[in-house]
Amino acid sequence: MKFMDEYRDSALVRKIADELQRITTRHWVLMEVCGGQTHSIVKYGIDRLLPEQVELVHGPGCPVCVTSLEMIDKAHEIARRRDVIFCSFGDMLRVPGTKDDLLILKSRGADIRVVYSPTDCLKIARENPAKRVVFFAIGFETTAPANAMAAWQARRQGIHNFSMLVSHVLVPPALRSILSAPENRVQGFLGPGHVCTVVGYREYEPVSAEFKVPIVITGFEPVDIMEGTLMAVRQLESGKAEVENQYPRVVGREGNLPAIDLVGKVFEVCDRKWRGVGEIPASGYRLRPEFAEHDAERLFDLHGIDTKEPAECISGLVLQGVRKPHNCPAFGKLCTPEHPLGATMVSAEGACAAYYAYGRHLDLTKAHAAQTSVQP
Amino acid sequence: MCLAIPGKVMEVHTDEQGLRMAKTNFGGIIKSVCLEYTPEVVPGDYVLVHVGFALGKVDEEEAARTYAALERMGQLDELNEPAIEDTGYPYS
Repeated sequence: MKFMDEYRDSALVRKIADELQRITTRHWVLMEVCGGQTHSIVKYGIDRLLPEQVELVHGPGCPVCVTSLEMIDKAHEIARRRDVIFCSFGDMLRVPGTKDDLLILKSRGADIRVVYSPTDCLKIARENPAKRVVFFAIGFETTAPANAMAAWQARRQGIHNFSMLVSHVLVPPALRSILSAPENRVQGFLGPGHVCTVVGYREYEPVSAEFKVPIVITGFEPVDIMEGTLMAVRQLESGKAEVENQYPRVVGREGNLPAIDLVGKVFEVCDRKWRGVGEIPASGYRLRPEFAEHDAERLFDLHGIDTKEPAECISGLVLQGVRKPHNCPAFGKLCTPEHPLGATMVSAEGACAAYYAYGRHLDLTKAHAAQTSVQP
Repeated sequence: MCLAIPGKVMEVHTDEQGLRMAKTNFGGIIKSVCLEYTPEVVPGDYVLVHVGFALGKVDEEEAARTYAALERMGQLDELNEPAIEDTGYPYS
């Protein structure tokens, strides 16, 4: 496909890797913000083409992974109701709540439907006037325009039986939270290319200036990620800390103005709990009061939900780049994609699931076996 | 989740809800895409699509420019390296 295949050219990737090798003089830690980038990095083995001194740690940019357990329990509470058709993006179905996941509820008779686009829910709502259609509106800034359009159209068209359970998250407050943590190791970021397609990268400039870290807005194909890494290391090696744009074929500084406009009419900024991380001030969106009629949190009684995080799971530390998936004692043993303990093992974009899918746990087992076999 | 892929806009129309939509080609798979956020897009343009919405137009000139710059990278160094002498014999 055009604009994809040419960015998977291995010769070009190696050429950039050579240049990176040439300019790197010391150890640098970069974080790729977005889960889609993590997936690409592990899938194509990009981290293994980098100089040894350039370390990539995986960021929090997987909305499925960071949706709080409390919010997932709320979703399950709504989905269990007989009068509800609960709609969700597919990757949310297997995320474990305190008791169940959406697939288990579906097997017990709950009406749970996977939608491709949030506006599909409006059609379902029109066709089922006796039911309450609830959409689990999760996502980063990338998904906000689509979710905003669903609420906007529901109000405009008077679709009263449609509502959304909103758990939107925002990237810049999460970067600030990571950089402010005492255990932080991150010295530069590969910024989220598709988030910035929507909102631009103006908001990243104060983060870069305040914490003196390079932020390179980066795409998702191997050539993009390699080039983004090169641009970030170039800055670090020369003592610079700026926002640069590796992805100008789709990202501009100002973002998509019609999208920003509608998102601002439908959502307002709020504090948001991130799974494994805790509450980050002003790090999410909720529906504005004008959309109360379509706000599932206001419409359903969701009090008395008792949420418990599994104690073994270190996904919060993985999401902040403090630990890698294989540092977790449960990884690949107690916790697998079939029986995930935490969300980073569920979504294909979660760092743990990516490590597992591309056999990184097997490499570790082999390495461990080799290590133990040479010991007397 | 922030997966977004480029597709080529084939034809533009307004749907029954009054939304500007496009038949869009993703490497042979045709899907309907909402163009409400990309009013400037016309058939033949490439758009970046996420959950059924075009989030932006792919700038073909910008893509060509950065790609060419990447391909040129390192060529200046190569000019400084001594040329390998062509002996005419491939197995030397």
